[in-house]
Amino acid sequence: MTATRALLLPPTRAEYCVIACAEAWRGDGEVLASPMGLIAAVGARLARLTFAPDLLLTDGEALLVRPDGTTEGWLPYRRHLTLVTGGRRHVMMGASQIDRFGNQNISCIGDWERPKRQLLGVRGAPVNTLNNPTSYWIPKHSRRVFVERVDMICGVGYDHAAGARHHRIPRVVSDLGVFDFATPDHSMRLASLHPGVTLEQVREATSFDLTIPDEIPPTREPTPDELRLIREVLDPDNTRTREVGS
Amino acid sequence: MSDKTMTAEQAVSRLESGMTLGIGGWGSRRKPMALVRALLRSGVTDLTVVSCGGPDVGMLAAAGRIRKLVAPFVTLDSIPLEPHYRAARESGAFELMEVDEAMFMWGLHAAANRLPFLPVRAGIGSDVMRVNPGLRTVTSPYEDGETFVAMPALRLDAALVHLNRADRLGNGQYLGPDPYFDDLFCEAAEAAYLSCERIVDTAELTKEAAPQTLLVQRHTVTGVVEAPNGAHFTSCAPDYGRDEAAQRKYATTPWAEFAEGYLAPSEGAGS
Repeated sequence: MTATRALLLPPTRAEYCVIACAEAWRGDGEVLASPMGLIAAVGARLARLTFAPDLLLTDGEALLVRPDGTTEGWLPYRRHLTLVTGGRRHVMMGASQIDRFGNQNISCIGDWERPKRQLLGVRGAPVNTLNNPTSYWIPKHSRRVFVERVDMICGVGYDHAAGARHHRIPRVVSDLGVFDFATPDHSMRLASLHPGVTLEQVREATSFDLTIPDEIPPTREPTPDELRLIREVLDPDNTRTREVGS
Repeated sequence: MSDKTMTAEQAVSRLESGMTLGIGGWGSRRKPMALVRALLRSGVTDLTVVSCGGPDVGMLAAAGRIRKLVAPFVTLDSIPLEPHYRAARESGAFELMEVDEAMFMWGLHAAANRLPFLPVRAGIGSDVMRVNPGLRTVTSPYEDGETFVAMPALRLDAALVHLNRADRLGNGQYLGPDPYFDDLFCEAAEAAYLSCERIVDTAELTKEAAPQTLLVQRHTVTGVVEAPNGAHFTSCAPDYGRDEAAQRKYATTPWAEFAEGYLAPSEGAGS
């Protein structure tokens, strides 16, 4: 198929997810975008190439790089942690579990003392959530992930953030939609549905009650230029469909 | 000035069961595997291990050498979940002090600075406080009045780290992009054992590299071990990358079977 014809194909679910992730960094200015997961990473680079040109990006190791790979800075782990506590970063983490107030778990499933399933560990989730904006990218929205209560609070949610002056969870993006905490009690709200997804699907895949607005907007369409960047520049091998199928 | 070179076996012979042992590197990156292998060949056990964990933790856990682990995570990077660590945790094999990465770093800083603790804006609100009931908080004495975790110093009886180059006195050099916390481990320890890819003359260290690559200073080092390929199968940029095939074999082979070949004396230190 020629490149021109490929661009005529309508956006896929994975591409709506890229757009929804990219939007997390809109208006952030000169801060580090730290995406975890493939689609979040494509989203961060898309934002950097289009509407958020001041974003900083890493190579996933210790270097700050431009989208073309040119090194522009040095960011080993210890400086990365200082950047976190300085607040000049917006991270998009994954979550093995997340609850209606945005508490996140990547440590273990079951009782912490003797877990049913040991996962990564808390990593930097506690320091991230108290210091810089923390969004989440969840490729498979299900009741096992969107739980009533997480087994181990790693990333701090709104109901545990009293007195945390720099705590903020701008958005949660899943393969079904975009969610935020713009409610009086900071519980999770459906912010937009990806085209092709129904409200019923979201409800069935979520273990807790979401706030549903009267009018549910769709996740916005990618522009032709954004589609071209995603398909031809940022992810020409279409690895994004491995994270979110069509 | 004293020549501190020794073999991996000599370094390990100075360790004792029950010690608190810091291990440098990060995940499956620049782990002092030649020293860990010598440790596994020894009878030293009942250890408190302090590590940004990778296969070092997995192997010591599989071999039953850990009494307590202090870590923010354990991972093989390209294989996110460390299989032997998982098995050990799921069978309740040892005590765990699970802390955040920033808490871990400031715990090493506190030990290196001979402070009892350092305040960290991390942990509060999370279950790190629930699973570590010994953690205390401290409130700013200034106008802001903010409350922080008082991260206790992570003092170490000994530290093991692996760098790219060192001289015979213990001046250690990293040539990759990330120092990780290796210098902090050495500064936080009573005794530090530094393995390296190659021991060179002091003058050669800065012949082609900038002085800021001299990460570890000799006053913090007790022993220097030349161990070519001594981080294998973890990465040691720029000398070599991670040996993914070897790591996959480690991750998919039952420990007893893997250890038979891995710990055989014919496999030279660092090979």
